[in-house]
Amino acid sequence: MNTTGRKYAFYGSILIASLIAPWALSAYQTQLAFLWVMVVFALTWDLVGGQMGYTSFGNVVFFGIGMYVTAIIQRNMHFDIEEYVHVAGAVETLKPSEYLAGLLSGMGLGGIVAVVIAAILGALILGMGMRGQYFGICTLGLTVAAGELASGWEYIGAGSGLVTPVFPDGLGERGAFFYYIFFLLAGVTFITLKWLYSGRFGLAINAIRDDEDKAEAMGIHTSKYKIVAWCISAFFLAIAGGGMGHLIGFIDPTEVAFAGATFGVWMILMAILGGKGTLWGPVIGAIIFHITQELFWTYLFGWQRVAMGALIIGIVVFFPLGIMGWMRERWPERFGYRVEKNSVLNASKGGQV
Amino acid sequence: MSYQQLEVRSVCKRFGGVVANNNITLSVPQGSIIGLIGPNGSGKTTLFNSIVGYHPIDKGYIRFEGREISSMRVPKIARMGLLRTFQQTHIYGKMTCVQNMQISVPHTSGGFRAMFSKYPPEVTDKAESLLEFVGLYMKRHLMAGDLSFGQQKLLEFAMALMNEPKLLLLDEPTAGINPTLINGLIERLKRTNADLGITLFVIEHNMRAIMNLAEHIYCLAHGELLTSGPPDQIQNDQQVIDAYLGAK
Repeated sequence: MNTTGRKYAFYGSILIASLIAPWALSAYQTQLAFLWVMVVFALTWDLVGGQMGYTSFGNVVFFGIGMYVTAIIQRNMHFDIEEYVHVAGAVETLKPSEYLAGLLSGMGLGGIVAVVIAAILGALILGMGMRGQYFGICTLGLTVAAGELASGWEYIGAGSGLVTPVFPDGLGERGAFFYYIFFLLAGVTFITLKWLYSGRFGLAINAIRDDEDKAEAMGIHTSKYKIVAWCISAFFLAIAGGGMGHLIGFIDPTEVAFAGATFGVWMILMAILGGKGTLWGPVIGAIIFHITQELFWTYLFGWQRVAMGALIIGIVVFFPLGIMGWMRERWPERFGYRVEKNSVLNASKGGQV
Repeated sequence: MSYQQLEVRSVCKRFGGVVANNNITLSVPQGSIIGLIGPNGSGKTTLFNSIVGYHPIDKGYIRFEGREISSMRVPKIARMGLLRTFQQTHIYGKMTCVQNMQISVPHTSGGFRAMFSKYPPEVTDKAESLLEFVGLYMKRHLMAGDLSFGQQKLLEFAMALMNEPKLLLLDEPTAGINPTLINGLIERLKRTNADLGITLFVIEHNMRAIMNLAEHIYCLAHGELLTSGPPDQIQNDQQVIDAYLGAK
C-alpha cells in the first residue's frame, strides 16, 4: 500500500473505531465521552503551551466560561430564572428540540464570548510582552480569580453552583449523545490544528517558542500571533465546557468550571506525557492519561489521588519530552530529520560549497 | 556618494550611570559596506540595539531612508527592511533549517489571510537556494539546534537574506567561525552586497576581515566615536591602536 492509502486506512480505522466504541463498550459511554474532552483539553493546551511555548495555567478559564454561558442560555431561553434557581433546576423536562436549541446556541455563544475574553486578556497580558514564568503565574491568577468571581455572582448561582436541565427523552442515550458531540468537537479541533500547523501560522508560533527576540527582530507580528493562538484555544475549550456542563449536570464554580487543580493541571500533563509541541502527542497523552486515571479510581480507590500525584511526578521527571518527543529523539529519520547526500541544489546551477 | 540610507545623529544611551553611547553621529550610504569596530564594551552592540529599536534612546535621532525610526519598535523597523543579526546566534532551534528559512520571509502584511497562508513552492525553492549559498543545503532537514555554532551563524545569515532587507546590521559575523571558512564568508558578504544590493553595516573584531570587507570604518571607544575613515587609514591611526591596547 502506498503512503496515501496507508494514511486513509489509518484515519478510516480510527473513525470507525470511534463511531462504534460507545456501542461496543456501552457500559463506559460517559467515560468515553470524557475521553474526547480530555483530547480537546490536551490539544488546545498544546497549541499555546507546546507549539507556542507559553505555559498557561489559565486555559481552564475558557472552559468554565463556555460552561456557564451555555448553561445560562439554556436556562434563560426556557425557564423563569427566579423559579429555576429556587427549585435548583427541578422543573419540568424540556422537549428534545428545546434542549438541543439551548445547548447548541449556548455552545456557539460560549465559544464567541471566550474568544472575546481571550482577545482582551491576550491584549493585556501577551500584548504587553509578558513571558515565561510571569505569564504562567499570571494565568494561574486568572484561574483563581475566575473561580472567586463565579462563586460570588448570584446571577450564575454563586457558590452553590448551577444545575443544568435534565436530559430529555428522545435524543437517545445521554452518554452516547455527548460522546458523539465531543467526538465531533475533538475531530474538528484536531483537523483545525493540523491545518494551522502546516502553514505559516504553525511556523510563526514555533518561532516564538524557540526564540521570541529573534522572531521580533525578523519582523513577525508576534503579539498578533500569540493572541490569535490563545483565542483559537479558548474557542474550542469553551465549546467543550458547554457540553461538559450539560453532561455532568451540575456546575460548581471551583470544582467543575474553573477547576484549576484538576482539569487545569491535567491538560498540561496530558500534553507533556504525549509530547508537547507535536500534533499526535496530546491525543496519545490524553488517551493514556484518562485510561490510567480511570484504572486508579477502579482499582486503587481511596489511594487514587496519591497514585495520581505519583503519576504526575513520574511524568515530569522521567518523561519530560513525552512519548512523541522521545520517539523523535530516538528515530529522527522517521520524522524527516536527515542529512541529504547532495550538497548542491542543482548541478547545472553550479552552486558552491 | 549616494544618499544616506541610515543616519544616526547625536545619539546618547545611558544605562543608569553608565553612558554606553555618547553623542554618536554616523551615516551609512545606500549600497555600501560600512564597518564598526572598537574594543570590548565600547558600545557597538548598544548602538545596534538602539538603531533597531530594541531600547529607546535618550537623545538624538535615527533616520532610515529619510523616516525617523527613533521611537519605533523592533518588528516594525524590521518590516521596513532594516534587519540585524545577533552576536550570539539566534535561530529557531527546534525547527528544521528549511522551516527556519520559510518563516523568515518578509512579513509585510499582518492580515489574517497572510497569517493562515501556506508557503508557495517559490518560497521553499528560494529557501533551498539560499541554504545552498551558505553551504547548508545538505543539512536543510536537520533541526537547526543540532548544527554547530558556526553553521548556526551561517543559517542566521541566510535567514536574514530570506527577509530581503535593504540594510543589514551584522554583529560579528565571523566570530566563532572556523578561520578557513572566514574567507568564504567574507566572499559571500561581498556578493550579497554586490549582487543583491543590500547595504551592510558590520561590527567586527577580526581586523583582517573587516579591513578586507568594509569601504569605510567607524571606531568607537568608551561609548564615543573615536575616529572614522577608510580601512588603511584606520589601520595606522595611533588613536585606534591606543584604544585597543589600552593606552591613554
